[in-house]
Amino acid sequence: MPIEYYIFLSLALFSIGIVGVLTRRNAIVVFMCIELMLNAVNLLLVAFSKMYYAMAVVNNSATTFGTDGQLFVFFIMVVAAAEVSVGLAIIVMMYRNTHSVDINFLNRLKN
Amino acid sequence: MNITQILFWILSGAAVISAIMVVVSRNPIHSILWLIVVFFCISGHYILLNAQFLAIVNLIVYAGAIMVLFLFVIMLMNPNKTNAQQKSLWKKLVGVIAGGCFLLTWIPLIKQAPEIHNKVALLKDGNIGLIGNLGKVLFSDYLVPFEITSVLFLSAMVGAVVIGKKE
Repeated sequence: MPIEYYIFLSLALFSIGIVGVLTRRNAIVVFMCIELMLNAVNLLLVAFSKMYYAMAVVNNSATTFGTDGQLFVFFIMVVAAAEVSVGLAIIVMMYRNTHSVDINFLNRLKN
Repeated sequence: MNITQILFWILSGAAVISAIMVVVSRNPIHSILWLIVVFFCISGHYILLNAQFLAIVNLIVYAGAIMVLFLFVIMLMNPNKTNAQQKSLWKKLVGVIAGGCFLLTWIPLIKQAPEIHNKVALLKDGNIGLIGNLGKVLFSDYLVPFEITSVLFLSAMVGAVVIGKKE
């Protein structure tokens, strides 16, 4: 499969995530759009890792070129899980204080 | 057009349509359910690329754990009472135009980039995405980052508890 198709798919998902972040007001939906953008990048990293493997496997059939890209995706997932737990805790705390998750009410950090 | 390409187009179309549904759904719970569909489609792409370990991890971590966390938070908040008002149409239009400009900026750059000209991503062949190969590299070259992520998880857990507990 040509690598351009994967780039365009990831670009479409990333742009939809950007549009969601810019247009929605619910803080949780904004957070979910950020997750969508992270996943688009993950898909692109895996596609690029298979692209570099395809370039290296021509010379050496036992190569493991491209493994690093997939491990990066693994680490991105780990960091995203930690980020989600802390971010949702912050959203719950803000809801407890303001009784709303509307980001227009969250324009100041103090009080 | 063989079956792999047909699967690629089906998964791509489903992913993009569900991603649009995530953004346009009014109910946040529907957004979460559509986002789970997106994650399943992306896992299907990983399986097509023979990255089996990442496909399973994506399902378990994203569709399993993170989305359940989102659902719990939504249900704790009772979304029917909150967020009654929406953004004005003008602001939404500006957001869509900004995202479309981002998309249109990248398309010609990708079309004329020499590094990716005529390059293909191998679909079925290659065993670098299997768990044996990834585990070998993860526990030899990437051992220190792997251990550091455990510390990161611990700090995230402590941070979530400290932030989330009542005064």
